Amino acid sequence: MAAKIKMPATAKKGDVVEVKVLIDHAMETGQRKGADGALIPRKIINKFVCTYNGKQVMQADYHPAISANPFMSFFLAASESGEVKFQWFDDDGSVQEAVQKITVE
Amino acid sequence: MLRKTLSRRELLLAAGAGALAAGLLPPYAPALADTAAVEDAIKKLLGEVKPQQGKVALEVPEVAESGANVPFTVVVQSPMTDKDHVKAIHVLAEGNPLPGVATFHLTPASGKAQVSLRMRLAKTQNVRAVAVMSDGQAYAITKEVKVTAGGCGG
Repeated sequence: MAAKIKMPATAKKGDVVEVKVLIDHAMETGQRKGADGALIPRKIINKFVCTYNGKQVMQADYHPAISANPFMSFFLAASESGEVKFQWFDDDGSVQEAVQKITVE
Repeated sequence: MLRKTLSRRELLLAAGAGALAAGLLPPYAPALADTAAVEDAIKKLLGEVKPQQGKVALEVPEVAESGANVPFTVVVQSPMTDKDHVKAIHVLAEGNPLPGVATFHLTPASGKAQVSLRMRLAKTQNVRAVAVMSDGQAYAITKEVKVTAGGCGG
């Protein structure tokens, strides 16, 4: 379950920068039936959290209506150099993580 | 106590259950949400607050060729300061098996109240965006998306 995250590596203090996140995930809705007629159990990413030097920027709660391979964009106010951490939570209990560095001048 | 009238939702649900029992519907056709279900969901999210018009914009395609991947963008007018910012953006769909699409919890560190994502739509339907501000006020907008091919599989 890889993810591609795009955001500027440098920014001026006070800039509002766009963060784009593409996560590889089937986002199985739990509404579909397989070839054997049984419901395919729900398995989606149900939560995504972005923190900036330990402080939460945003959290997104996903429902099964989110498309497979969710592609999200949101914004972040660049205030200081440091780390932007992304975490996403799977229905199976696993948590994936990615970190990007940002230099603020 | 017996109620004499059924709401449209109850009637549709009953009719759907009957049809299922009679084997008239394909086995994978899910019961779909409707406007009333979305109103209920919004009430649960907002409590007593009634959403007003304005401040929130929802960008969706007028016609989506595939319901599997419908992009949407929500923009809310807000300075995003500690005192005055958008706390949450809820997106709901009136014609999906479940009304909820996504909720975004924003903070002043977001800098700008704008989010984009892609959703599944089962059929042509209304999509709603509701923004909750730090002062407790809520703003909502509804837009229709015409869907040529549904996106919930089956």
